[in-house]
Amino acid sequence: MMEGRSTSTANRDASGLAVSGLRLMARGATLVEAASFGLRAGELIALLGPNGAGKTTLLRGAVGLARPAAGWARIEGEDTATMAPSRRARRLAYLPQTRPLAWPSPVRDLVALGRFAHGAVLGRLRGADRAAVERALAACDLLQLAGRSTATLSGGELARVHCARAFAAEAPLLIADEPVAELDPYHQFRVMELIRAFVADGGGALVVLHDVALASRYASRLIWMKGGRIVADGPPTTTLTAARLADIYGVRGRIDGNRVEIEGPI
Amino acid sequence: MKASAARPLAGSAALALACLAALFAACLLGSTPMEAERVLAALLGQGSAGDQLVVTHIRLPRALSAFAVGAALGASGAALQGLLRNPLAEPGVLGVSATASLAATAALYYGYAATSAWAVPTAAIAGALAATALIALAALRTASAVTLILIGVGLSSFAGATMNLLMNLAPNPFSLADMINWMLGSVANRSFLDLAFAAPFLIAGFGLLLAAKRGLSALTLGEEAASGAGLNLRRQRLLVVLGAGLATGAAVSIAGVIGFVGIVAPHIVRPMVDHDPARSLLPSALLGGLILVLADIGVRLVPTASELKLGVVAALIGAPAFIWIAMQRRSVHD
Repeated sequence: MMEGRSTSTANRDASGLAVSGLRLMARGATLVEAASFGLRAGELIALLGPNGAGKTTLLRGAVGLARPAAGWARIEGEDTATMAPSRRARRLAYLPQTRPLAWPSPVRDLVALGRFAHGAVLGRLRGADRAAVERALAACDLLQLAGRSTATLSGGELARVHCARAFAAEAPLLIADEPVAELDPYHQFRVMELIRAFVADGGGALVVLHDVALASRYASRLIWMKGGRIVADGPPTTTLTAARLADIYGVRGRIDGNRVEIEGPI
Repeated sequence: MKASAARPLAGSAALALACLAALFAACLLGSTPMEAERVLAALLGQGSAGDQLVVTHIRLPRALSAFAVGAALGASGAALQGLLRNPLAEPGVLGVSATASLAATAALYYGYAATSAWAVPTAAIAGALAATALIALAALRTASAVTLILIGVGLSSFAGATMNLLMNLAPNPFSLADMINWMLGSVANRSFLDLAFAAPFLIAGFGLLLAAKRGLSALTLGEEAASGAGLNLRRQRLLVVLGAGLATGAAVSIAGVIGFVGIVAPHIVRPMVDHDPARSLLPSALLGGLILVLADIGVRLVPTASELKLGVVAALIGAPAFIWIAMQRRSVHD
């Protein structure tokens, strides 16, 4: 579906994101405890866990938007929490759970915001920024929609616009929080294909998913979270088991290769 | 993309020309209309002594005051709307103007105005900054723009009540008249000196808002995604709060409370700049200035027993516009 992607790989570095012993707290409550993992180029990691497991908090801590109470998250040896925001954004693109946009901006402007950390000014894009935006629009099949107002798009189209915004940054790493939430099955695959193409092109991606089958199909590694802790981290072949589904989600499931069938609550 | 890049520039140029024309017209029109040649001669310092007085000491400073106030409010409105991601945010609605006006009135009431010419502008700006900071603090705690606007309503009411108290206790009719002037908002009898005292704060405010310009675009995404995209959120909030506080305070120090310009101007501009709050900043300032210069010409020409106050006219036009914009909104955004 996405053969046409041709993002420049020149600025991509093999060294990725490293998180060690991260503890994140809010109003005295510990939301994430002793979390350690790494994210490197060529990896597509799915972060799995029930609601309230601390997935979003862990992502925010890894990106540096939440200050750790203990431990650290580093990109190329630099703490993300103290890095200049624009410097960090050039190395790591972050897609939080989507919220309504404040204004009905044109699609091209919204994708161009992915170049914010490169100093892009909307309506006056310079050569490199303009080229990156056009590449991202093409990769996400949005060229026809580029002039449309985001207020007129469907949920699936909007999800692609946000992906294009992340890709336009041309950062070596991507962290996305539930990028396929509320999408129909076709668009879920569509977005996952885009992220897979990003990884095939030399990027590294960490994605929060709720669909275990989708995760096992696309991810090279699964990180399982429960109660604020990482309880397992490894390829689907070793970490995706019926016992794991029971432990993490409290559901009965059957695993056959990378096919997953959830049968019901325990 | 070329078209959308060229449009705002051409639009701003056209607006700037319209502003110049309106300023010139403000010098022509009045209780004694003057021909263009006489106004030009007076502006160039070659008119008769009487013309000179009317044009350069009465009409021009008054028109420039209206323009400066409108521009400050237009730019502050556009920037606050970008920061709070809500088209109803504005110094007047958020209670910033009323608080600034209260502080200025208090400076008058307690006689500080007599001790230094800087007292009233400084008080107005301190009031504006305090109110803007309070709103921004509240914005940290809540994502709901409705809450912020309710806080603004509360601030306005409190400032209004305190002003009423000061008026209630006013020692003599002269200070009472002074205070009413501040509450109603007017640029009558303003001199270049009044403008000069406000100018440093106006310029500093505009400078800070311009520095915050690009970040306003990023905030279209919401705060979380904007900081993910590389925006320094703390710095952005500080720049807009200080910039809007200084500019609004300076505007209030010139004219008292003039509401709704900061809503109407950005609302008209926004569709022409692809709804980008950054690109709406300059045109909103120009349009805000234009609206007030024209409204002030209207105020001077309408034959009423006592002259209409500019702030009253602005609210008569602006408040219905506010209601209309509020009714157009879908609840999704709150």
